[in-house]
Amino acid sequence: MIHKFSLNGYNIILDVYSGAVHVVDDLTFRLVDFTDENMTPQVPAKAYDALSEYSAEDIDSAYAELFEIFNRGQLHAADDYEKFADMMINASVKSMCLNISHDCNLACEYCFASKGGFGGERCLMSGETARKAIDFLIERSVGRRNLEVDFFGGEPLMNFDVVRKTVEYARSKEAEYGKNFRFTITTNGLLLDDDKIDFINREMHNCVLSIDGRREVNDRLRLDWGGKGCHDRILPKFKKLVALRGDKDYYARATYTRYNLDFTNDIMYLYEQGFDQLSEEPVVSDPKLDFSIQESDLPRIFEEYETLAKKLIEMKKAGERINFFHFMIDLDQGPCAIRRLRGCSCGNEYVAVTPQGDIFPCHQFVGHDEWKMGNLNDGTFNTDIKKKFARTTIYNKRKCRECWARFYCSGGCNAINNEKNGSILEPYGLYCEMEKKRLECAIMMQAALAD
Amino acid sequence: MKHIKTLNNANLKESAVKGGCGECQASCQSACKTSCTVANQKCEK
Ligand code: SF4
Ligand code: SF4
Repeated sequence: MIHKFSLNGYNIILDVYSGAVHVVDDLTFRLVDFTDENMTPQVPAKAYDALSEYSAEDIDSAYAELFEIFNRGQLHAADDYEKFADMMINASVKSMCLNISHDCNLACEYCFASKGGFGGERCLMSGETARKAIDFLIERSVGRRNLEVDFFGGEPLMNFDVVRKTVEYARSKEAEYGKNFRFTITTNGLLLDDDKIDFINREMHNCVLSIDGRREVNDRLRLDWGGKGCHDRILPKFKKLVALRGDKDYYARATYTRYNLDFTNDIMYLYEQGFDQLSEEPVVSDPKLDFSIQESDLPRIFEEYETLAKKLIEMKKAGERINFFHFMIDLDQGPCAIRRLRGCSCGNEYVAVTPQGDIFPCHQFVGHDEWKMGNLNDGTFNTDIKKKFARTTIYNKRKCRECWARFYCSGGCNAINNEKNGSILEPYGLYCEMEKKRLECAIMMQAALAD
Repeated sequence: MKHIKTLNNANLKESAVKGGCGECQASCQSACKTSCTVANQKCEK
């Protein structure tokens, strides 16, 4: 299978099963349509007719090159990955979202977690439950060294004492069990102070700073309970954190909605404020809401991703350091094909834990009791649900089987699939379209930067 | 080559043979919490 597209003056052919990416001239871009997995050294006669504006000599030489990459296994390579699909069924749990606070000091209009409470009672996780979660992870992560724990909420800084103690507790177990904890935290910034910044910069492998960009954009939807925007209160704190962070990872993480489809301006605004590691994603919300992304917004969104990609190319070529998470792609050293079969690994290698000690497949399933996998206090853990997720690969998602993007996207977000289409196996079309566009932009950027 | 410039060494097949160690990041957690583009993750090997 190949996928070809032209973008920003580049003709690109992606060979899906080998992962090879070729930049080609106009002739070759059209000629490739006359090739398939049974191609021979002989140029098909109909190619000469269809491409009559080119000389036979040119067609022959372009075809010879196509045949050469075919012989190298970089064009029309075969799909032989399905045999690996069962490989991770008994995988260990090694990654955890700790919902340390089911409460929030903001009430963002678009919050998927019902303004922090996840549709239930507002509460904080106790130190005891957090310790049990760490014990669970150590016990379930047989054979794995690197363990990830993300402090999430709600707003995790509302329960920072437990964050601190949990980190200490986990660190105290590392040597004994041969584990390496990588902590991350996702915060809205309101409660950051020098002491917390210091702790986060020391202990957190990554941190995600939620801010939507320009003041008017941020303050339209990221509101406190009194209805006031938070931009001016969080920006100086985030700046301080980043200034002191050194070269450790972080992301300034924005959400875009129908209100700011010109989101390149928000990315650039954040860059100007001193943030060079950026991430921005479409809002996940009920389509009935005014700010939700609609199918009809797609052409505008595609245009905007192109604008952003072109802008980033220009900046990178000028030597500026800026990184946009959703255009990051490593064509040579990315994850192995086996990892690519099931993306986030939610419910299998990854789980989320609530303040009550309930275990869910991931943070976006929290509150949907039909997906509850167990509880830390009564020691239950339903491995049938785990197996169900383990078997959720690009090979049993009907739509992904046919999709060129499947080794990059890996089957979309199971939680969104479930929410929108009632099944973790049914990818949500609107997100697929956006994902594919981002991938095309990311690949095109690689072509442009290789020029 | 005159007509084709290949940007990378195709290595997906090779990666399948050597891969599956399971040490790389599992979830969408560290950057966005709403999606997973695995292709942008790092291999730990
Ligand atoms: S874009 Fe959609 S169809 Fe394609 S791999 Fe991703 S989820 Fe599957
Ligand atoms: S199901 Fe979606 S939200 Fe949950 S871990 Fe996977 S990509 Fe992330």
